[in-house]
Amino acid sequence: MIHQYKMQDMNIVMDINSGSIHVVDDMSYDLIHDLDVGASMEEAMNKLEAKYDKELLTQVGDEINKLMSEGLLFAKDDYEQVVVDFKNRSTVVKALCLHVAHDCNLACTYCFASEGEYHGDRDLMPFEVAKKAIDFLVAHSGNRRNLEIDFFGGEPLMNFEMVKETVHYARSLEQEKNKHFRFTLTTNGVLLNDDNTAFMNEHMHNVVLSVDGRKEIHDKMRPTPNGKGSYDLIMPKFKAFVEARGQKNYYVRGTFTHDNMDFSEDVLHLADEGFEQISVEPVVAPDEMNYAIKEEDLTYLKDQYEKLALAKMDYKESHKDFNFFHFMIDLSQGPCVAKRLAGCGSGIEYLAVTPTGDLYPCHQFVGIDEFLLGNVDQGITNTLKQDAFRGCNVYAKDACRKCWAKFYCSGGCSANSFNFHGDLLATYEIGCELEKKRVECAIYIKAKEMLVE
Amino acid sequence: MKHIKTLNATVLKETLKHGGCGECQTSCQSACKTSCTVGNQSCENEKMR
Ligand code: SF4
Ligand code: SF4
Repeated sequence: MIHQYKMQDMNIVMDINSGSIHVVDDMSYDLIHDLDVGASMEEAMNKLEAKYDKELLTQVGDEINKLMSEGLLFAKDDYEQVVVDFKNRSTVVKALCLHVAHDCNLACTYCFASEGEYHGDRDLMPFEVAKKAIDFLVAHSGNRRNLEIDFFGGEPLMNFEMVKETVHYARSLEQEKNKHFRFTLTTNGVLLNDDNTAFMNEHMHNVVLSVDGRKEIHDKMRPTPNGKGSYDLIMPKFKAFVEARGQKNYYVRGTFTHDNMDFSEDVLHLADEGFEQISVEPVVAPDEMNYAIKEEDLTYLKDQYEKLALAKMDYKESHKDFNFFHFMIDLSQGPCVAKRLAGCGSGIEYLAVTPTGDLYPCHQFVGIDEFLLGNVDQGITNTLKQDAFRGCNVYAKDACRKCWAKFYCSGGCSANSFNFHGDLLATYEIGCELEKKRVECAIYIKAKEMLVE
Repeated sequence: MKHIKTLNATVLKETLKHGGCGECQTSCQSACKTSCTVGNQSCENEKMR
């Protein structure tokens, strides 16, 4: 499978099955295209002779033949076998999302957890539940050493003493059980102070700080319960936090909506404010919400990504470099194929735990009755539902199997698929279109960097 | 080569031989809770590098 595209001054050819990426001249670009749509080398050459010099075309043909013999172009799809294995994959749990607080001190418009309540009541997780969750994870993690605990909400800092207790408890098991815990936490920043900052900087492997970008954008979507904006409240705290942490292992993370489609400005605003690890991503919301991304927004949004890619390279040149999460790509040491095909692992490797100890496939499914999988006392009891998640992988989804972005995207989000189509194996088309554009931009940036070196 | 510059000569299927140890991070948790991008992750398994 080939995907080829032009961006700015560059022709890029991706050979999907081998994972190789080639930057090519116009002649090669056209020749590869004709071969890809089914022409033989001879037919393609004859056709292109009208446009290009014959001798040069022969050179290109030789280069293509060489790459094909090395398995770097028009490589075969050898991955069905891996997929067969997936169906039998063991039920090892390696990550839990602990909903330590189903409560929040902000009232964000687009919150999928509806202000932290998740279709239920406001609630804080007691330590007893968190402890059982850790025990459950350790007991079901098999030989996996690296385990992840994500403190999530609502707003997890509303239950921070419990978070600390949980961290200490998990650490106390590490040596005896031969496990290594990685903790992460997502916060809106309202309750950040010196104490919890110090604790997080010592123990949290990653911290996600929620901020949407420019003040007017942020304040509109992320008001406090009394209707005022929260930007001025949280920005100084985030800056202090990041400084104390040393610019590593965190993300300022925002959401863009139909209301701020020029989101590249929000990303650059965050960079201008001194943040170096930035992630801003599209809201996922039902069509009837006025802030939802619509199909007709796609052209504009793709253009924004490209604009952002160029701006990011400019920033780098003027020594104000920042990371944009969706443009980071590792071409040489990226994840193995098994990882790329397996998807997010929700419902299998990754589970969400509610304040009362109920288990769901992931945070996005929490509170939807039919997805209740069990609880921390009894473990997984709804194995039928879990089996539906076990089957989730790139090759199980028709649209993904044919998609050139499959090894970069790993098949999208099951929660989106369910929310939009009532089917875990469907795809959310708007998300796909944006994902593909992001991958193109990420590869373009990488190619530029590599060719300069 | 004059016309084609290959950026990475890794062959993805090579990773099938050692792949799937599962020690890497779950994808949704790496940065944002609604994205599922694995292209940017790196592998935890020293042997594969
Ligand atoms: S972009 Fe969409 S179709 Fe392509 S792999 Fe991702 S979820 Fe599947
Ligand atoms: S289903 Fe979606 S939201 Fe849930 S873990 Fe997977 S990618 Fe993340």
